[in-house]
Amino acid sequence: MSPLLYLTQQTINALAIGSLYALVSIGLSLIFGILRMANFAHGDMMMVGAFATLLLVHAGVPFGVAVVGGVLIGALAGALVERIAYRPVRGSSDVTLLLTSLAVTYILENLGILIFTSSPQNFPLPALLDDVVSMFDGQLIFTRINVLTLAATGVALLFLGWFVTRTTMGLGMRAAAEDLGAANIVGLDVNRLIIVAFVLASGFAGLAGVLWAAQSGVVEPAMGFTPLLKAFIAAIIGGFGSIPGAVLGGFLLGALETMIVAFLPSSITPYRDAIVFALLIAFLLFRPAGILRVQGEAKL
Amino acid sequence: MSRTQTIWIGIGVVLLALSFFAQNLLPDYAVRVLTITCINALLVASMAPANGMTGVFSLGHVGFVAVGAYAAGILSLPVATKGSMLPDLPGWLAGWYLSFLPSTLVAGCVTAAVAIVVGAPLLRLSGHFVSVATLGFLVIVNEIVINADSLTRGARTFTGVPLETTLPWALGWLVVGLIALGRIASSPTGRAWRATREDVVAARAIGIETQPTRLSAFVLGAFFAGIGGALYAHYLGSFSPKSFLFAYTFTLISMLVIGGMGSLSGAVLGTVVVTALSEVLRNLERGMDFGALSIPPLYGASQIALGLLFIAIMILRPEGLLGPREIRFPNARSPKETTHDSAAP
Repeated sequence: MSPLLYLTQQTINALAIGSLYALVSIGLSLIFGILRMANFAHGDMMMVGAFATLLLVHAGVPFGVAVVGGVLIGALAGALVERIAYRPVRGSSDVTLLLTSLAVTYILENLGILIFTSSPQNFPLPALLDDVVSMFDGQLIFTRINVLTLAATGVALLFLGWFVTRTTMGLGMRAAAEDLGAANIVGLDVNRLIIVAFVLASGFAGLAGVLWAAQSGVVEPAMGFTPLLKAFIAAIIGGFGSIPGAVLGGFLLGALETMIVAFLPSSITPYRDAIVFALLIAFLLFRPAGILRVQGEAKL
Repeated sequence: MSRTQTIWIGIGVVLLALSFFAQNLLPDYAVRVLTITCINALLVASMAPANGMTGVFSLGHVGFVAVGAYAAGILSLPVATKGSMLPDLPGWLAGWYLSFLPSTLVAGCVTAAVAIVVGAPLLRLSGHFVSVATLGFLVIVNEIVINADSLTRGARTFTGVPLETTLPWALGWLVVGLIALGRIASSPTGRAWRATREDVVAARAIGIETQPTRLSAFVLGAFFAGIGGALYAHYLGSFSPKSFLFAYTFTLISMLVIGGMGSLSGAVLGTVVVTALSEVLRNLERGMDFGALSIPPLYGASQIALGLLFIAIMILRPEGLLGPREIRFPNARSPKETTHDSAAP
């Protein structure tokens, strides 16, 4: 196999997984930027989005519409969680915020088990998307869902970029991330901004959940846990609270994981997550503010 | 030693004496629940120094429980069982085994050693980062356990550990753990732990070094987590990597938080409250038949109820039932003792 093709193949793999991490970590960073809250329940919006899509498909809704519906339901779930569980504890200590979101995770995952049982369920994918594209005599392989993942991430990022720079609501959100108290003083409707931030973050997570389910072929209640941890790593590497940082971190993490699998001996590959976490801890020690150097939060 | 401590130790000794009779008189179900409650209470109390008193909220404590359980399991498998269960065990581990008490102690020490290595870098982090990073530690432990086939049987169930943990053993270790943790928590070291939680700058100004102080709490907690893990291994006899993941982490954390972070009596109270609640709910969850009305089994419902209780506590009483206070026996306060509740009537 030619080295160039091999490299291209690995780049495709890295982009496919990295774009998912980016989609999830954006939402984590958005919420952290405004509320200083490590939202552990974020990963469960992936589960909500994927299960909602699954239910809609089973109800006979066309796949494309079902995905949109699933993403919207994921977004709505995020807003509900904010309103019911997070708003009453807003402004509490770091630990209280963190624990509240842990409890929400626990509730949502068990709700998933209660409704759908803990065993994985098949995620039906239209034949068109399931196709494997093979080029250069099978030396370059990717699925259409990989392409769709990249495209969807691109569109979502462009939308977010437009939203936070061109709309009043988006500008307000950045003001709130800068200083929540000051944003309140100058008359911004902080509650509304935060709800919208949760809708956006959870919608992105819901989309990531659908794409994740499409790539792995199954949906299960605990599916959000691993991606959530990866998204935390991505967001922290990039600079927790920064949206460009989260995107950068997501793609970097995708590249790192792909390189571990591609270039290290296969006896080490099973320890991929352990290596990634160890690197994160090392990284945090040397550069706690992330690559983009977010100010104010991380102190050693 | 204050009168409160003396009374607590007295209560512990009396309960311990009673437990020898209880294990023969009470029904098996009650003995089982009590034994598990004792082990869990030890684990929750062992979280109190780091998570509650120094304020470094670790989510990786169950990783230490796993280390303790596997260490004790490997050490105490009889040699013949080792040959069939763990054929690839390195030679220096394969030819001998330890009985219950030594294997438990060694497991605690191994776990403490792991905590020194892990804690030294981790505890330099702050706030949210330390929580995420310690959760990372939990994942790392899980991945290593799953992949280190020759030591742990990988993802398969580790089985054959001699069943040695009885109610008196579990309660005995709980009493020992609480006395040790309680004595240290009320010593200058314990005050230094709380000082690093309340105000890092002020603590440093009076000569308390943040990281070594926090590390001491972390390592001490890990030692008892390892002991608790060993007790678990010897109680259940078989366990798998799945036993030591997020669900168990959340159970232990909810016990700590509901009882009151930073309080040892709170840790025990929280464990008792959550265990009682879960036992009642678990029985409801299996479904019921009232003649005409039958409730189908609702798996997951008891966890959801626990989660809701947790959120209610966070909103209404974020410090937990006891907060940082200990249950004391009043009109016995010696003038030496000045914790934050000493101003209260």
